Amino acid sequence: MKNLASILCICFMFFSCHEDKDDNVLNSNVNFNFTHVWDGISVTNSEFNTIQFTNANGEQMSIEKLRYLISNITLTNTDNASFSLDGYYLIDVTNNQGLSFTPTASIPPGVYNLSFTFGFNNDDNYQNYPDLNAASWSVPEMLGGGYHYMQLEGKFIDNASAEVGYAYHAIRAVDNSGDELQFTDTFIEVDLGEITVSNNTAVTVEMNIAEWFKTPNTWDLIELNNMLMPNHDAQVMMYENGQNAFSLKSVE
Amino acid sequence: MKTRLLHISFILSLVACKSEPIENYVDAPTESPLQIPTLFSENIIDPVIPINNPQTEEGIALGKKLFFDPILSGNNTQACADCHAPENAFTDINQFSDGINGVLGPRNSMPLFNLAWNYDEKFFWDGRAFSLENQALEPVVHINEMNSTWPEVEAKLQEHSEYPELFQQAFQTLTIDSTLVVKAIAQFERTLISSNSKFDKYLLGETDLTPEELEGFNVFMDEERGDCFHCHGSDKNPLWTDNIFHNNGLDETFTDLGLGAVTGDPADNGKFKSPSLRNLSFTAPYMHDGRFETLDQVINHYSEGLKNSSTIDPLMKKVSQGGVGLTNDDKAALKAFLLTLSDYEFISNPNFTNP
Ligand code: HEC
Ligand code: HEC
Repeated sequence: MKNLASILCICFMFFSCHEDKDDNVLNSNVNFNFTHVWDGISVTNSEFNTIQFTNANGEQMSIEKLRYLISNITLTNTDNASFSLDGYYLIDVTNNQGLSFTPTASIPPGVYNLSFTFGFNNDDNYQNYPDLNAASWSVPEMLGGGYHYMQLEGKFIDNASAEVGYAYHAIRAVDNSGDELQFTDTFIEVDLGEITVSNNTAVTVEMNIAEWFKTPNTWDLIELNNMLMPNHDAQVMMYENGQNAFSLKSVE
Repeated sequence: MKTRLLHISFILSLVACKSEPIENYVDAPTESPLQIPTLFSENIIDPVIPINNPQTEEGIALGKKLFFDPILSGNNTQACADCHAPENAFTDINQFSDGINGVLGPRNSMPLFNLAWNYDEKFFWDGRAFSLENQALEPVVHINEMNSTWPEVEAKLQEHSEYPELFQQAFQTLTIDSTLVVKAIAQFERTLISSNSKFDKYLLGETDLTPEELEGFNVFMDEERGDCFHCHGSDKNPLWTDNIFHNNGLDETFTDLGLGAVTGDPADNGKFKSPSLRNLSFTAPYMHDGRFETLDQVINHYSEGLKNSSTIDPLMKKVSQGGVGLTNDDKAALKAFLLTLSDYEFISNPNFTNP
C-alpha cells in the first residue's frame, strides 16, 4: 500500500514536471509565510529579549531565541493523491530568516488538504544534513542522534523574583536511563485543513507560541526550564502541547 | 558516454586555451581551490569564498609574505604574525597584545583557522568587521596595533624591490592598493585549515581515544553536565564553534560591551563570539580579555563561576549556584577531551610558517 502510494506520488511528480515544460499556466508554486503570535499578539524578533509574555501557569517570561524545523509539506487533493513539496525548512525567528519560502515543486490548481511535519519523521531524522549541522542543530548521539525540532529560549521570573533562563528544546523523546535508548515519537503531523491553490498562492501559517505552555499541560517553568532534551516525559508534554500551536492564518 | 563527453569538452577547452593571446596566458594566476577536509565536506556546508577574490597560488603566496612582513606597520617593526603566530595556532601568548607604540589593546588576540567557514563572515570578538578582506584593513591603521596609514603602506610596497612584481603575478597589475593587499592576505588566511586533531582522526577511524577522553566527550555533549555542544560544535560540526555571539556569564557588569557596542542594542551587551575549541593547547590565555590562563580555570568558570546579568545566555544553567557543579572526574575528563581537539600538524605545517 505504501509502495503504491509512492509510485502514485512519483507518477504525479513526473506528470507535473512534464506539464511544467509545456504549459506553465496550469501549475503554480505555493509561497509559505510563517508568522508568530503570543495569544493573538504579534511576535517578531523585535519583541525578543524583554520580559513581556505571561504563560498559562502565570510566569512572566521573555523570548531570546526561537527557531524550529518543518518538513514534508504535503498537499493532498480530493482524490487522495498527494504532492509532497520536498525538503525541510529551518525557520529562524531570532534572525528573521527562513520565515517565507517557495518550494520549487509546482502544483496544479485545485482544492487540497495542507499538512506538514513539525520536526522530522523518523526516516528523515536520521539522515545527515550539512546545512543543519552547520547551524548546530544536531542532537547528541547519546540521545539517539538526529536533529532538534525546536529551540525556544529566554528568561522567566521565578518564585524569588529572579530572572532565570529556560531552554525549551524539542527533540524525539528518548529515555536514556536504561541500557538501551527507549524512544517515543514526538514529531507532529500538523494538519492545517483545506486550501485552494490557484496562480501564485500565498499561504500564511501562524504559530501561537503560548500554546507550547498551555494545553493540555500547563507548563511549569520553575520545574521544567532546562536540561529538557534528556527528559523523556517533558518531550512528550511538548508534543502534546504542540498539537494546537499551528493554524492556517490565510490563503491568498 | 559521460566520459566521452568529458573528453570532448576537455579537447574543446584545450583548443580554447590555445587560441588565447599568449601574454594573457602567461600572466593569469594559477587557481588554487581550498582543499576541503573530508570531515568538513561530509558534515558541513562549503566555505565562503568571495567571487571577486578567488584563491590562486600567486595570491596565497603574496598574502603569506605580507602576513609575515613588518612593512605593514608604521615603523616596520610589527607583522600580523607577531600577534598571530603559527606556533600558537595564529594567536599570541599574551593577555593583551602590544602594538608598535607599546600600548596594550583591550582584547586578547584571536587564533586564525577555518575562517572561511565563518558563514556569517562576522570577524573580531564583537563581529564588527564583515568579511576577512575588510577585517585586514583594520590592524594596519589601528593605533594600538600597526599604527600606519594605507597611503603610507601602499607607497612602501610600491617602492619595494619585489612586491610590484608579486602583485603583477597575483592580480595582473603593477599598481598596489589596499584592496589588493587585503585580498592577498585573506586568500592566505583562508588556507589556514585545521582538521588533523586527535579527535578528527578518531572520527575518521584512524585512532582511538582513551576512556577518559571519551568520557570527556560525553560530558561535553550531556545537557545535564557540560552541555557545551549547543555553542561549541560537536562530532557533527567540526568547526567546534557556532560563530554566534553569547554572554557566557563572565561578568555581572560589563567594561567591554562587545556585540552591544556594535549593534547599539543593550540586549547584546556582554556578548562575544564563541571561539573554536580547536587548538586550545596553543591558544592560552582564554576569553576575549584573556582572563583565564588555564583550561582548568575555564572549566571551573562553567562549573561554578557563572555570574548573572540580564543578557546571560539561557543555556547557562543554575546561575544562582554558579553553574551545574561538575564533579572532579567530569572536569578532568572534559579537559582531556578538549585537548584532543588540538592539531599539532596545523601548527607545524610548513605552508603556514614564515617564508
Ligand atoms: C598588536 C597585535 C595584532 C596585530 C599586529 C594584528 N592583530 Fe589581528 N587581532 C588582534 C586582536 C587583539 C584581535 C581581536 C580584536 C577584537 O576583537 O577587537 C585580532 C583579531 C583578528 C582577526 C579576527 C579573527 C576572528 O575569528 O574573528 C583576524 C582575521 C586578524 N586579527 C587578522 C590580522 C591580520 C591579517 C593582521 C595584519 C594585517 C593582524 N591581524 C594584525 C591582534 C593583532
Ligand atoms: C551559550 C553558549 C556557550 C556554551 C553553552 C558554552 N560556551 Fe564556551 N564560550 C562561549 C563564548 C561566547 C565564549 C567567549 C566569551 C568571551 O570571551 O567573552 C566562550 C569561550 C570558551 C572558551 C575560551 C576559548 C578561547 O579561545 O578563549 C573555552 C575553552 C570554552 N568556552 C569552553 C566551553 C566548555 C568546555 C563548555 C561546556 C562546559 C562551554 N564552553 C559552553 C559560549 C559558550
